[in-house]
Amino acid sequence: MRSYLVLRVVSKLLMPFILLFALYVQFHGDFGPGGGFQAGVIFASAFILYALIFGVKDAGAVLPRGILRFGIAMGVLLYAGVGVFNLLVGGNFLDYNVMAKDPTLGQHLGIWLVELGVGLTVASVMVTIFFTFAGHRYRPQ
Amino acid sequence: MAITVIAIVKIRNLFAVVMLGSIFSLLAAAMFVVLDAVDVAFTEASVGAGISTVLALGTLALTTDREKKPMHTKLVPLCVVFLTGAALIYGTLDLAPFGSKNAPVHTHVGPTYLAEAQEKTTVPNVVTAVLASYRGYDTLGEVTVIFTAGIGVILLLGNWRRERDSGDDQNA
Amino acid sequence: MFLEYFNYWIVVFLMMAGFYIVIAHDNLIKKIVGLNIFQASVFVLYISFGKITGGTAPIIAEGFSVYSNPLPHVLILTAIVVGVATTALGLALVVRINEAYGTIEDDEIHKADEEED
Repeated sequence: MRSYLVLRVVSKLLMPFILLFALYVQFHGDFGPGGGFQAGVIFASAFILYALIFGVKDAGAVLPRGILRFGIAMGVLLYAGVGVFNLLVGGNFLDYNVMAKDPTLGQHLGIWLVELGVGLTVASVMVTIFFTFAGHRYRPQ
Repeated sequence: MAITVIAIVKIRNLFAVVMLGSIFSLLAAAMFVVLDAVDVAFTEASVGAGISTVLALGTLALTTDREKKPMHTKLVPLCVVFLTGAALIYGTLDLAPFGSKNAPVHTHVGPTYLAEAQEKTTVPNVVTAVLASYRGYDTLGEVTVIFTAGIGVILLLGNWRRERDSGDDQNA
Repeated sequence: MFLEYFNYWIVVFLMMAGFYIVIAHDNLIKKIVGLNIFQASVFVLYISFGKITGGTAPIIAEGFSVYSNPLPHVLILTAIVVGVATTALGLALVVRINEAYGTIEDDEIHKADEEED
């Protein structure tokens, strides 16, 4: 697909808008439809578009495997870490009321952090699965 | 949606089947918007019409893309399907009519969440508030499921013997 | 009465069509697509339980007083994402089965397994 000029130019133009839209959906999940899962999938689709046009090797240079695996683990750790932090401060597991001085502020902060962790893991997992499928070489036994 | 499903049953070209599956997901997302479920429609459109289709196309590239002619007749599955369908339709006659306020699902916790979520969490989107705060434990389990799926795909398809094979290719 | 129960009957039809694809066809990829259809029809059923006539999306805003029930939305959101994880793993298994047996038709795989024993 490298030789199709229109596809290359349009996908390069579109990628920043897709990433920006993914960030918008993630952080405005409180006020409109959206949230962690949808934002993670849209974020992954930008990189999948890049890999479809320019090949998996170049996309693997943009997002190397180490960063992706770090992202997968960090999201889950962030979520569980928020829960454990609530345990340490004195409330129940995943009880956001104790995270700040004001309970409602604590709830808002807890929801924001948790959605960030969810979005990070979902985006990394979707990109990793696509790269694994695309980079697999057929090896009959 | 019914026409799409009948087409999927009949058609044997797998590429067309995968594309029709993606159209089915998109129609389901449109139906979710009509039924006032905007978050669910967003997720179904992005995940069902996006990721599932891309992965199925990747699988088609790694395997064949045409289904073989069926050898045996399909009478027994048709009978099973008709009997199960009749039993289910008989079961649905007992349910509440569509859109009524008195259905059992609207008692107990639902109206409480709608009334209290704005004050307790200052988040207007009640679905996000319930997902992340009231039912946060379930969402932790869901993120773990996605994590496990990613690890599973890496283990199954990860080109683990890559270094040894490329060494053999260069020597041979 | 027909108009009130019509949505349930459509869901049952879609569910049975997906079920038929899973049990009657031999090709593994078509079975996975049929499983997705089955899951999507169950989601439509649950979301239609939560709808209240005259309500709106459950995002609290000025000027609206009747909202649809948010609890089924939360359950179905989790179910959709778990469904895509299962589909991804199933497709990875199909690729490996194709490498091991050379085919993705169910009866040929059974025949190859019986011939080994």
